[in-house]
Amino acid sequence: MLEFRLRAYHQWLKMQEPTWPHVTYAAIDYQNIIYYSAPKTQKKLGSLEEVDPTLLETFEKLGIPLSEQKRLSNVAVDAIFDSVSIATTFREELAQEGVIFCSISEALQEHPELVEKYIGSVVPVGDNYFAALNSAVFSDGSFVYVPKGVQCPMELSSYFRINSGDTGQFERTLIIVEEGASVSYLEGCTAPMYDSNQLHAAVVELVALDNADIKYSTVQNWYAGNEEGKGGIFNFVTKRGLCKGVNSKISWTQVETGSAITWKYPSCVLVGDNSVGEFYSIALTNNRQQADTGTKMIHIGKNTRSTIISKGISAGQSQNSYRGLVKIGPKATGARNYSQCDSMLIGDRAGANTFPYIQVDNNSAKVEHEASTAKIGEEQLFYFAQRGISEENAVSMLVAGFCKDVLNKLPLEFASEADKLLSLKLEGTVG
Amino acid sequence: MSQETSDVILSVRNLTANVDGQPILKGVNLDVKAGEVHAIMGRNGSGKSTFSKVLAGHPDYEVTGGEIIYKGENILEKEPDERALSGIFLAFQYPIEVPGVSNLEFLRVAYNAHRRHQGLAELDPFDFEDLVQEKLAVVQMNPSFLERSLNEGFSGGEKKRNEILQMALLEPKLAILDETDSGLDIDALRIVAGGVNQLMTPDNATILITHYQRLLNYIEPDFVHVMHQGRIITSGGKELALELEIAVMKSWMSWQRRRCSHESIRCQWPRSPNFRQHPRCFFGGIIAAS
Repeated sequence: MLEFRLRAYHQWLKMQEPTWPHVTYAAIDYQNIIYYSAPKTQKKLGSLEEVDPTLLETFEKLGIPLSEQKRLSNVAVDAIFDSVSIATTFREELAQEGVIFCSISEALQEHPELVEKYIGSVVPVGDNYFAALNSAVFSDGSFVYVPKGVQCPMELSSYFRINSGDTGQFERTLIIVEEGASVSYLEGCTAPMYDSNQLHAAVVELVALDNADIKYSTVQNWYAGNEEGKGGIFNFVTKRGLCKGVNSKISWTQVETGSAITWKYPSCVLVGDNSVGEFYSIALTNNRQQADTGTKMIHIGKNTRSTIISKGISAGQSQNSYRGLVKIGPKATGARNYSQCDSMLIGDRAGANTFPYIQVDNNSAKVEHEASTAKIGEEQLFYFAQRGISEENAVSMLVAGFCKDVLNKLPLEFASEADKLLSLKLEGTVG
Repeated sequence: MSQETSDVILSVRNLTANVDGQPILKGVNLDVKAGEVHAIMGRNGSGKSTFSKVLAGHPDYEVTGGEIIYKGENILEKEPDERALSGIFLAFQYPIEVPGVSNLEFLRVAYNAHRRHQGLAELDPFDFEDLVQEKLAVVQMNPSFLERSLNEGFSGGEKKRNEILQMALLEPKLAILDETDSGLDIDALRIVAGGVNQLMTPDNATILITHYQRLLNYIEPDFVHVMHQGRIITSGGKELALELEIAVMKSWMSWQRRRCSHESIRCQWPRSPNFRQHPRCFFGGIIAAS
């Protein structure tokens, strides 16, 4: 592992920070970042009951019930504070099915052969500047392994939280789903307010073998900075899924509402014949937030299919860009893609951009792209007001309506949370 | 209603209003009592639609003078949603299309906002659906409308019927119908007018804003007011509407004749900047259509 990290570090030293995204920020001082930070309760925890109650309280406040509620709703949770995993629930129940769900540091101890086989196989160490940095310094993250033929009996989820100021979070998530198996995984992200910017440079790798099915959902609410754009998280994340086997499927769903800057492109590399990639995204920016997000669908195998539905909502003085690549390789006979990118503007100082890249090297491929821009206007709000619906309710109804196609793709337990989060984020955006 | 003063629902005094700095309403006076139906007629640009929007509190219209007393209270400082919750309902001339928000959900949120305002418990989705089913009959609407996005892809007639459905649910004290008849064929007009008639009670009042006498054949007004250049210039009973229509038609025709004779000597068009079209074509078309 040390060798892996060193290789990444040396690569990183030679690389340049990318400048192509449609975002602006002050230079990051990489010497000034704390690369490892842990909550004070350091002893190994046997169960959730032993977790420091104040930590649990923090989670409760964030609307992330680690304990009873999630137990009732049958969701296994791995909670990561700063750089370490503090608790993973439901481990025994999952183990009975052969499913491994633990922090990646534990996985390195207990299942080194699995980790070493797959880590870096989807996102190589030198893939990009931030992925290389992550590969060099990553501290913790989640590890999921679903053995052949097993349908993971419950939703798995991780909650990430950056707690200390000036701390960078560099988590690494690796999910491996064997032949004919399936899993649905959700991550939630939060951070308290600090004046300085914090860097979050994560890497997520998914591997789906023959007939495997992975559904990966994200609800991201990192601290976005204040109204003037001071503070907030730089969310520079590399997420990629490899549909390695035939008929495999990887589906990304993301609700991005936080972070000062979001820079991420959850992608699918469709190697296996008939494999399917999906990307459903809601990106909401407000105040001075900036988002440059989208996906890459790389069609390599025959009859591979991909769907992209992106909903961008910009309020305040924020900038929201969709950037997506659809690439059809020369051997991807019969490949198909459908992309739909809709933008919604709230107020008259926000910006929305769409940057679609389409590269087709096979004549039999079929690629469709649709885009639209809408604006929440005074007339719509007046209509709602005239029926007694307050402006805030009107905006959240309009936004929820706009995002419906994507919200429907989230696991049921989280769809209403995400809906509430969107309304919360839009409070006071109009008028 | 025991006291006479409590019968007055709306009292408008010397109301003046601007749009983009241009004065549109130049001193409107109007009294509406419970149980009454008032029709406001007038040409395009006379200010009648502006009047309806000012009553509802549209933010684009700036009130520069006068007052609007509704149920004994000056409402000029009130927000549009507060006015709505206190019982003022505007049926829009052009209802807004809202993709993604189902008609049923919109109706339920609006209905429950009114319930909350009245201190009543909100209806859950099941009870609400029962209630809506009942109200659909008022405008002879198919239940499938409820599942569709609010007004999205609705025909002109469907949109107007949907407005009346909302009115049936919200049971306003003062309903203002802004050109609800425009763009309706005769069947749709009959349904819409029938809905409005069913919703009238001795306790509420209706203001019909319309271009044509046609609507008044179906909804009988107690008073007709003629608006011209931002003022109500004449008021009278329902016979005024008919007289008005005949008078307007006569003046158009005589004017057209005058223009024709002009033209036979030497056409001086364009003389008036108010008309984009040659007046003979413009009025000739209207007369041919009637």
